[in-house]
Amino acid sequence: MFFHWLEKNPFFFASGISIVISFAGLIEIVPNFAQASRPLVDMKPRTVLELAGKNVYKKDNCIACHSQLIRPFKSETDRYGAYSLSGEYAYDRPFLWGSKRTGPDLHRVGNYRTTDWHENHMLNPPAIVQGSIMPAYGHMFDNTADIETAYAEAVTVKNMFHTPYGPEFKTTRAAWDAHRPKVLEDAKKIAADMKDPRVKEAIAKGEVPEIVALIAYLNSLK
Amino acid sequence: MQSNAALEYDYTIAKLFTYTTILFGFLGMLVGTLLAAQLAFPELNYLIGEYGTFSRLRPIHTNTVVFGFTVSGIFATWYYLGQRVLKVSMAESKFLMVVGKIHFWLYLVGALAATISILLGYSQSKEYAHYEWPFDIVIVIVWVLWGVSMMGLIGIRREKALYTSVWYYLACFLGIAMLYIFNNMAVPTYFATDGLGSILHSVSMYAGTNDALVQWWYGHNAVAFAFTVPIVGMSYYFLPKESGQAIYSYKLSLISFWGLMFVYLWAGSHHLLYSTVPDWMQTMGSAFSIVLILPSWGSAINMLLTLKGEWNQLADSPLIKFMVIASTFYMLSTIEGPIQAIKSVNSIAHFTDWIPGHVHDGVLGWVAFMIMASIFHMAPRMFKRELYSRKLVGIQFWLQTVAVVLYFTSMWVAGITQGMMWRAVDEYGNLMYSFIDTVTVLHPYYAIRALSGVMYLTGFILFAYNIIKTMTAGRELSEEPQFKTPMA
Repeated sequence: MFFHWLEKNPFFFASGISIVISFAGLIEIVPNFAQASRPLVDMKPRTVLELAGKNVYKKDNCIACHSQLIRPFKSETDRYGAYSLSGEYAYDRPFLWGSKRTGPDLHRVGNYRTTDWHENHMLNPPAIVQGSIMPAYGHMFDNTADIETAYAEAVTVKNMFHTPYGPEFKTTRAAWDAHRPKVLEDAKKIAADMKDPRVKEAIAKGEVPEIVALIAYLNSLK
Repeated sequence: MQSNAALEYDYTIAKLFTYTTILFGFLGMLVGTLLAAQLAFPELNYLIGEYGTFSRLRPIHTNTVVFGFTVSGIFATWYYLGQRVLKVSMAESKFLMVVGKIHFWLYLVGALAATISILLGYSQSKEYAHYEWPFDIVIVIVWVLWGVSMMGLIGIRREKALYTSVWYYLACFLGIAMLYIFNNMAVPTYFATDGLGSILHSVSMYAGTNDALVQWWYGHNAVAFAFTVPIVGMSYYFLPKESGQAIYSYKLSLISFWGLMFVYLWAGSHHLLYSTVPDWMQTMGSAFSIVLILPSWGSAINMLLTLKGEWNQLADSPLIKFMVIASTFYMLSTIEGPIQAIKSVNSIAHFTDWIPGHVHDGVLGWVAFMIMASIFHMAPRMFKRELYSRKLVGIQFWLQTVAVVLYFTSMWVAGITQGMMWRAVDEYGNLMYSFIDTVTVLHPYYAIRALSGVMYLTGFILFAYNIIKTMTAGRELSEEPQFKTPMA
């Protein structure tokens, strides 16, 4: 019998398993790559400051409790805004849809929350939303965001995946030094709407606190 | 020349991995219990500064339980039963012993380093694939070492036909290798530029919807190949060994195995229902999830029927109790999953606590029960001592069984409550509840879940104590017990 023979020949047995488990991926996943999720028309990739904020979002693992995926139900579009489109995620590496809503969806949070709301909320969530079980993220006011790594990320996705960043995005340190003031400029605009003295102090020193980058990112979610 | 002397199996590596199974099991469940308590009592978020928030700790829990506890358990049982079903001792090959030892130590160092990296916030933020690229490389090396050691042992085997358990361990090795590598493909930004920024940072090779597809193809099937496949492999070995009964049906095991291999991989997209993934892929995910009931129940029924006519053993042996209830939870979990994968059910269940509820009736009730029962079976044979206390096994069994039931029932209620409240509208069609209403209502269920965590963790501590006492104070055995595990 075929299976008795197979069980005595580990090489063919292992090959058999490999073939059988590969089918699904080939048929279900590969076709989507041929189509490649195309970006929406005129969609711009995130700024370096926003990317740095996205990395704060990743670092503190916000996807543990927040999704970024509005499903096409009236109850969801009423609550969060228009349902999510594939093209909106075209530059998201990785995707940050999450799988659990212990807190609300954030895919369009930039439409209905402001910088100062986030500032107060991140310092003490239950003070803003009574009954909230979200922890405070006070350390984001003390930690400095890694904007250099965010720049390296922008350059990498530009070169490797043709994400449309401008010609000034180059791999060299000189290019980064030239771009840095632009990031600080963006950070200043966010910080202007904030009150915390730690933020003011860091910005004056030419540093970007994690909270500023994170808010820039959250504001960009529209 | 064939010798008729009984083989002296070498359990050095099996013992080492048994220790890490217990260590990581304790750590993973401890963090899990803390997380459960944090949702009920948020003040617990501030125990260790920025490192102690729910969000930062959750991947520590999931990764420690998956890659620490479960994978250690897979390795420990493989190094034990691999030799026995292949009729060859590790001691017969110096090479395999060395590979086994490197496998263990690199695994331990890699696991600790990777855990610390997550705690410090170096994360790809893909579920169960959090580790950044250097740790991924270590994990791949560890996995390859296991492969070398497994193939090596198969290469020098005396028993020519591979026993059913070996099929499952082989599939576990191949499946995880394929899934892990493809899902973790990333470009380190430091090397893609002139050394800008953090050396640990990388960007995923896939974007948006594609990334989601790859991630849940991985996420779902990592569950398949770590939480299902090798655990079924364990039950095919330890249940007949402990009960002294032959597996009920070879044909059923054959159909279940190849069925599971083929069907499981398709079901990943049921994690992405109503997302931006193309509709036909979502439907495929749903449909195959339903089909998946067949091979899953095939294995479980094969287990239960193995005890046909021997059900008195259920009363006599606490280890049989563990294995039978594990198979039963497996049946529960594998009917619950397909139900959640039906699109209309999923529209309520997705994003709610019903999902962690489902995961935990599988993992606590099936995976951990089977691993602990296996270690109970192995310990007297590895350490040549009687199991320390039968009474403790019994107490642990009831404590943990009640804990699992509390866990999933509370999360069923929590999940469905939340899902229904999110979509509830008043007579004018306006949403009835603000989001926070759907959070505060869950407090009692979160408290019950935290209690169930404490109970399960206590049971695990009893388990660890029982094994440690077996090693140090169990009555010495003059010869290896054949079937039923002796216990005081």
